[in-house]
Parts: sequence; structure tokens; C-alpha cells
Amino acid sequence: MGGFLTLCQKELLRFWKVSFQTLLAPVLSALLYLLIFSHVLESHVQVYPGIGYAAFLIPGLAMMSALQNAFANSSSSLIQSKITGNLVYVLLPPLSPTEIFWAYLLASLARGVMVGLGVFLVAAPFADLALPHPFWALAFLLLGSGILGTLGIIAGIWADKFDQLAAFQNFLIMPLTFLSGVFYSIRSLPPFWQGLSHFNPVFYIIDGFRYGFLATSDVPPLLSLAVVAGCFLALSLLTLWLLKTGYKLRS
Amino acid sequence: MDGVDLEVMPGEFFALLGPNGAGKTTLISILAGLVKADRGQASVLGFDVATQYRQARRALGVVPQELVFDPFFTVREALRIQSGYFGLRRNDDWVDEIIHHLDLADKADVNMRALSGGMKRRVMVAQALVHKPQVIVLDEPTAGVDVELRQALWAFIRKLNSEGHTIVLTTHYLEEAEALCQRIAMLKQGRVVALDTTQNLINAVSEQILKLRLDPDRLPASLESLAGASENGERTLALQGYGTLEHVLAELRRAGIRILEMQLLQPDLEEVFVKIMRKS
Repeated sequence: MGGFLTLCQKELLRFWKVSFQTLLAPVLSALLYLLIFSHVLESHVQVYPGIGYAAFLIPGLAMMSALQNAFANSSSSLIQSKITGNLVYVLLPPLSPTEIFWAYLLASLARGVMVGLGVFLVAAPFADLALPHPFWALAFLLLGSGILGTLGIIAGIWADKFDQLAAFQNFLIMPLTFLSGVFYSIRSLPPFWQGLSHFNPVFYIIDGFRYGFLATSDVPPLLSLAVVAGCFLALSLLTLWLLKTGYKLRS
Repeated sequence: MDGVDLEVMPGEFFALLGPNGAGKTTLISILAGLVKADRGQASVLGFDVATQYRQARRALGVVPQELVFDPFFTVREALRIQSGYFGLRRNDDWVDEIIHHLDLADKADVNMRALSGGMKRRVMVAQALVHKPQVIVLDEPTAGVDVELRQALWAFIRKLNSEGHTIVLTTHYLEEAEALCQRIAMLKQGRVVALDTTQNLINAVSEQILKLRLDPDRLPASLESLAGASENGERTLALQGYGTLEHVLAELRRAGIRILEMQLLQPDLEEVFVKIMRKS
């Protein structure tokens, strides 16, 4: 237990020590998105009746930032440790695969939640936002960040160089998060793209999270919760299996 | 690795020697759980490194060969974190003691990035010792390290050994292994090619080297078979034990050759090493 707590603490300290880059920068980026998109689209787009565009956009932006940062945290920590070689100090102690998994995951969750919350706090004054279903929002925030944090661990284990990690990020994570309905409702898409979006787990994360704020969604929130929880479980089991077999870490 | 069968005794100071690529680091990595052996079994203090990895790793402190460090932390933070990984979250007294013994007190609150190579190496040794492991493995700890640190390091490691810690060492400085280690295994291409006490290994090379300056500068024909290199009037003869010495002196006397200078050299570990590596 002590080993697990220390690894968790170390992973938290790692991003906390560079919080300008890991917490403030993503909040600022999200704020810029909000200012530009809501200014341009507020009077043109109404996704749900009676809900302004900014009120629609803010939960999605907060979630997207949370997801990207949850992924960035575990993946960059692992790849840096692998490349500089200091991962050996995590591999030498008697830490179990499960402890390693949860320590990296919880730090990712913490950063994801902090960034999501930060975006929400700075963006809230720009729209009239309520939170009628806080537990739904919280469940999707945690499970969503969990999925991306876990994907970050997988990417960090798999990638041998920064280049490969960047490919994972740019060709998988970015499209999944941008094409998930953060900036639009998938109902406004042509049928083919609408159908395709239903295969994107991030769509369910965003849609379910938004339900917590707007009390309306593209798909029933329970369905989203089932998809998101199922993805998290499957990815967690895969990650644990990778850690147990020592894939790429204990060659 | 190819059929390595080794047992290091508790409390021993043991050396693993061999040329680059012989498998020393691989062997250590298997013990430390950093590499999985596809066959065979390894254990630390009787704990299997695969099935009882928690006990095995708790008993083992490893100083890796590569200079690695976490740039996010100071020396003291790195040591506290490392101690915490082993479940020792309140270990400041021992951390302070290691810092003192390894002469790191001035640098304790300095970020790892700002340390010189030798200082980083000291921290790596400290990191291996935070959990007071019974078995300490040092993989070339003195590569690229100045004399002062080398001496301080060995004094500290000797102290730990005298307190009962088992030490396993790899090094390319054979005089270090000769001076420190009671037993030595030599590896080549993944196999153990020699395993014995340091003294036995040295004794097994029965050759002593005799260096002579002669007047006149020539060897009688009867000694030609012993002759080695000759340089600036200094002749080298290889002796098969002390018995040969009497024969050499008698032959020189009979030929009327005077000895101006004479030096008898004992074989050292380096010679033994070179011989064994050539032979196998």
C-alpha cells in the first residue's frame, strides 16, 4: 500500500510541479476555443431548443480538455521515464502491476478532473449554465478521464519514442475527441457520419456528460453510461494484462 | 544466457566479470525482475524472482549501469520517493545517513538535473540502499567516476559487507574485483567460464614473470624457450613456478652472464582474465 501511495503521490507531484504547462495552458486553450466559437456561432447555431451555443459548448469543451489531459498525463510520464531510463526505479521495487496501473490512472484522473473543472470555472460566466444532474456529470467525467488515462498508459507502454506517441495522439486521440460532438450535435451530421459517430466512445462520454448540464442528449444517458463503463473496463483489463506480462517494460 | 548455474553465499563479496556483451547485466536484470528469463529459475534469499517477486525485490538493491535519474526531483525527494516505493514512507533517519555516507549532504536539496555525473552516480547508489536491502548489486558503479568517489564508495560498500550485506559487483576494473571480492565468476557469451575464489583463480595461473637486465645482454640458448618480449635491454621470462627460478640463475651463471637488475612479478587477476577469455 505504501508503495502504491508513493507512486501515486510522485505522479501527482510530477504534473503539479509544472502546472503552468499541465493545468493552466489547457484551460487557456479551451477558453480561446470558447471565445472564438461562441462569438462566431452563438447567433447562428442552436443545437437544442432554448439552449444557447455557449451553454452547449462549455460542457463539451471542459470534457474534451479533461480527456486530452488525462491521456497526456499517463502517456507522457511513461514515455519520458522510458526514454530517460528512470522507469527502472518504478520497476525495481515490489510494486504489483495493479498498483502501478492504479497509481498512473489516478494521477491522470486527477489532472483530467482539475483541467475539466478549471475550464468549467473560467467558462461558466460566459453562459447561463445549470447542473441539474451532477452525479451523471461526475460519473462521465471520472469514467471518461479513466478511459483516456488508461489509453495513455497503453500508449506510453507501447511507444518506444516520442514520435510514436505523437502518432497515437494525433491519429487516434485527436480525431476521436474532435469528432465526438464537442462543437456540434451529431444530429446535424449527414446520416453516414452520424452512424459512424456511434462507434466513437468519446461521443458517448461527451453526450452523457452534457446531459448532466442540459438534461437533454443525443442518446439516452444510461446507454452512454453502459458504453463508457464497458470501454473503461475492457481497456483496464487490457492494460493490466500488458503490465502483468511485462510487455515492453520487462522484456 | 546459456546454462548459467551460480550461487552467491549470504555475506559474500562476489564479482561478475566478463567482456562487454558477456551477459553480466542481463543476469542482473533477471535477478531484479527487469528481464524475464524464458527458461530456468532465479531467486534472491530463496525467494523466486518471478513468483515471489515482492520478497525478492525487497531483498535486492540494484545500482543500474546506465546513468539514469528523474529530472523532476531533488536528491532528497528522489530518495524519499524511492524509499516509499518499498513501503518505507517514514525513513528519513536512514535517508540522512546514506546522504551523509555518500557525501551528498551539500547537494541534498539540489535538483538531480544540476548534479555532475559522479554526483548522480552517488545518488544512484543511495537509491539502491534506501530500503536496506540484504543483497546489493552494483553494475559497474565506478565507470567514469573519479578516484575520490571510488574510494569513498568502496569504503562504504565494504562497511555494508562487513555488516552482513551480500555484495555482487560487475566491473571492468579488475584490480577492484581483486582487492574487494572473495569469489569471482567470469562470463563469456552468456556462459560461466570460470568460478572460484579470487586467490584460487590467481594461483591457477602458475606463471610468474621474471624481468632481467643482463650483462652481456644475451640469453643462453637453454633459456630461449622461456623468453618473452624484450624491450630496451629488459628481457622477460615466463616461469612455471618458483622451481624454474633456480634453473634460470644456474644457466646464467654457467654462461658467465651477470644480472644487473631483476624483478619477479606475480600474476594478477587481469592476466588470469585475459588467459581465461582467450582459452574459452
